[in-house]
Amino acid sequence: MSNEAATAQAAQAAEAAPEPDPAPHGLGVSLPAADARAKTEGTFPYAADLWAEGLLWAAVLRSPHPHARIVSIDTTHAREMPGVRAVVTHEDVPGTPVLGRGKADRPVFASEVVRHHGEPIAAVAADHPDTARMAAAAVIVEYEVLDPVTDPEQAFEAEPLHPDGNLIRHIPLRHGDPEAAGDVIVEGLYRIGRQDPAPIGAEAGLAVPRPDGGVELYLASTDPHGDRDTAAAAFGLAPERVKVVVTGVPGATADREDQSFQLPLGLLALRTGCPVKLAATREESFLGHTHRHPTLLRYRHHADAEGRLVKVEAQILLDAGAYADTSSDALAAAVAFACGPYVVPNAFIEGWAVRTNNPPSGHVRGEGAMQVCAAYEAQMDKLAKKLGVDPAELRLRNVMATGDVLPTGQTVTCPAPVAELLEAVRDFPLPPLPKDTPEDEWLLPGGPEGAGEPGAVRRGVGYGLGMVHMLGAEGADEVSTATVRVQGGVATVLCAAVETGQGFSTLARQIVQETLGIDEVHVVPVDTDQPPAGAGCRGRHTWVSGGAVERAAKMVRTQLLQPLAHKFGMSTELLQITDGKITSYDGVLSTTVTEAMDGKELWATAQCRPHPTEPLDESGQGDAFVGMAFCAIRAVVDVDIELGSVRVVELAVAQDVGRVLNPAQLAARIEAGVTQGVGAALTENLRTPRGLVRHPDLTGYSLPTALDAPDIHIVKLVEERDVVAPFGAKAVSAVPVVASPAAVASAVRSATGRPVNRLPIRPQAAVVTGG
Amino acid sequence: MTLPTTLDEAVAALTAMPAAVPVAGGTDLMAAVNSGQLRPAALVGLGRISEIRGWQYLDGHALLGAGLTHARMGRPDFAALIPALAASARAAGPPHIRNAGTLGGNIASAAPTGDALPVLAALEATLIVAGPGGARREVPVSHLLAGMDLLRPGELIGFVRVPLLHAPQVFLKATGRTGPGRAVASVALVLDPARRGVRCAVGAIAPMPLRPLEAEQWVAQLIDWDNNRALVPDALNAFGEYVAAACIPDAAPGEDGTVPPLPPAVLHLRRTVAALARRALGRALS
Repeated sequence: MSNEAATAQAAQAAEAAPEPDPAPHGLGVSLPAADARAKTEGTFPYAADLWAEGLLWAAVLRSPHPHARIVSIDTTHAREMPGVRAVVTHEDVPGTPVLGRGKADRPVFASEVVRHHGEPIAAVAADHPDTARMAAAAVIVEYEVLDPVTDPEQAFEAEPLHPDGNLIRHIPLRHGDPEAAGDVIVEGLYRIGRQDPAPIGAEAGLAVPRPDGGVELYLASTDPHGDRDTAAAAFGLAPERVKVVVTGVPGATADREDQSFQLPLGLLALRTGCPVKLAATREESFLGHTHRHPTLLRYRHHADAEGRLVKVEAQILLDAGAYADTSSDALAAAVAFACGPYVVPNAFIEGWAVRTNNPPSGHVRGEGAMQVCAAYEAQMDKLAKKLGVDPAELRLRNVMATGDVLPTGQTVTCPAPVAELLEAVRDFPLPPLPKDTPEDEWLLPGGPEGAGEPGAVRRGVGYGLGMVHMLGAEGADEVSTATVRVQGGVATVLCAAVETGQGFSTLARQIVQETLGIDEVHVVPVDTDQPPAGAGCRGRHTWVSGGAVERAAKMVRTQLLQPLAHKFGMSTELLQITDGKITSYDGVLSTTVTEAMDGKELWATAQCRPHPTEPLDESGQGDAFVGMAFCAIRAVVDVDIELGSVRVVELAVAQDVGRVLNPAQLAARIEAGVTQGVGAALTENLRTPRGLVRHPDLTGYSLPTALDAPDIHIVKLVEERDVVAPFGAKAVSAVPVVASPAAVASAVRSATGRPVNRLPIRPQAAVVTGG
Repeated sequence: MTLPTTLDEAVAALTAMPAAVPVAGGTDLMAAVNSGQLRPAALVGLGRISEIRGWQYLDGHALLGAGLTHARMGRPDFAALIPALAASARAAGPPHIRNAGTLGGNIASAAPTGDALPVLAALEATLIVAGPGGARREVPVSHLLAGMDLLRPGELIGFVRVPLLHAPQVFLKATGRTGPGRAVASVALVLDPARRGVRCAVGAIAPMPLRPLEAEQWVAQLIDWDNNRALVPDALNAFGEYVAAACIPDAAPGEDGTVPPLPPAVLHLRRTVAALARRALGRALS
């Protein structure tokens, strides 16, 4: 049932029943987020709002060159400036000098070589932010500028940019018969640009030294334990002497809080013995955090005369930038999902992630899968055109279902209702042409005051089918621990899963409400004194942390009901808790939770650890993924074929969600993901000519505005429960990001007849000349 | 920060503090201040000078205050006077920018993408500049933008004199998106029936607006000014091509006399200018 229909039903129900409904609770209802009001009113504190008595301000000196040898660093002038309290460089890093998120190859501060524009070289703490910035600018660095390697294709031949070499990972996936050939062959070369996660709240943090010689870092981290371990290693401290306290997270579609500023912050606090704060400017934010991998893809699809895929050959080249970060994971996803949710008996996919002097790439949701989706869907469009088959029909002939095998040899055991999703979006009524509304009210490509002319506008319809994996892949240990405490009719959840906006804290409340029948549930703020829960991405917290909360809540339930059940000689399964009341199946027993608690305090801690996965082997084979989620999107676009301006009119989304746990939150996640995909399709590309980041601001880097965001219709949510996942729910945020750019490109292709092989779509690629 | 209430007080304040920077809407200036790129010694706020926030009529011209906001210029009463300037004001960014940003600020920033600039160039507007001691001098807007006649120390743009032409005017802007964005290219086109002229300026593709004078003259003599002014599509097309070729000329011929092709991005820009100029003329004459 679509969300709109659900809302409409809810509205009808509300009209029918004049008495006020009790507050919604439990799973499957749209429980609003506890912090929604504070966030709307602007009173919710984010990391940039932190303050401590006597704090100093930090500034980081970053490299202006993409590739250079550092001849000397002179901090004398900076140190002598009045108000400056400390200047740190690579010489002041007491612990491990080389760290990194996915792979330890990134120095805390550049010492001999800078490998990308914006790499940190020194940091300053001063009593005023301006003084800190001026002092950072006064650090004299003598560079010997080197030629940057910015073309990933040249990275193979180039001199090693790093002691680890330029090849970060190579996966030569071989699946099936290399001699297989189809009746029809289509080929294409595709390029995907560099999308930036562009969190609305730029990075910020506060480091406070502890009396025991340790340090507390207040960060909007999405992976507090990972960041704690990195920081402790850099500071040369035992992990328990570094504590990361998670503050409000202002937007996270990627890993947040890059080490290029959180490590300097901690070092400066340890050095000065004072609290040190840094709030990144927008420019620093763009220079500091990792981006989506720019990707070059070459594809050859073989199909039989009916359009059934016979073989896919592909070469995928990911530009990892200067440091590896999580590029290895992105490459695994790109290679494994290179054919998309289609049945492909023979697949030969070569994938490389290579080092360049471009800004580092890392985790941005849907990484790897989004780039290949744009390419394989373009191939499906080409195949449909060549065979003269309707693009949706061609896709339907090839879609996978549960039991089919991925090119990695892994059998898809989870629900894979791809055909159902595609049919749902295909059959949804198309939006009407605006011919019945007055012409001056039309929203044409180019916007309300743009240059659009109705006579030059063509409408196109296109499809994108996307898939992502959930949780960490290839043997990553996925585990989360949660504690539930109940006292006096109030439940408290302790879990180190960060609320990044994905709604984990709301979900945790719903889970406890559902299991214990207690309405008032609090989720305590996260810090690293709690056991680890993993980074907030790939649906991890809905699955692993949600599972842990459920188990802990069930253990509390047993503790609560055991004495009663024993007293009445029945098992706890025969008792149920609703609205704070405990009743037995036969209605004989009826008491309240508060009474049953009898003033006691109940605690339970539980872990959730999904079934293990295995790394891809040397031919790209292996059961690397815990589960997968699918989505189909139909895009309708208007293109001004003279100016090449594109407006996405409507996106119809059908998604495989396993189970709807919170309809409003689910719809919000899908709409946000789809909009991020529209940005990747049309405007978002951080340009780095010769390795230099151009226009690192939100004017030059165009995020979609309300006018750019299309009408989004969630036409179907397939609730086929994934039996291995807690609640049967799947990750929902990433897969719309994967499929929507492909759908938009497909629609522009249908409107213009142009190949559209590059994302974001440049206006000149959507112009029809001589026609 | 000083907040003078008259133009002459503002000029006096600037003269007294040569390091001070005048600020009106602050949509460009304050962004530079906030990001630490600019640390002015002092600011002279122009927001309380009521004499430059409106407009008056003078000998067939409108004397526009430099403090007029884009939001004010976008309203229908202003659009009835100077339609192209109103259209450019409505296209000049999201509402919060239009509420703060001013006409004078757009001219003083002189950003290549300033939306009012091609309109002022096509209207051949003149700036009334206030100087120390109550002095007033006139500077054609194109002279200021071309750097031929710069503002002197202590001077402020007080007013912009624009002819009232009582004829269709069009401003068209191509951006990379549907939401508010900077112009990739823009075209302002005004008709001047009294002088039987068409005046056109192309913005955003060069540091200052470009005037394709020959194309203007050529198309003006094609128009039947006394009857139906409409032109055949081929003439509109030719005008577009003419304007685009004038503003984005072919590369110089090589030694062997062949003309090297323009890079694809430049070719696209030229096509965009051609389409905008054709559409602008078509709309002005329809």
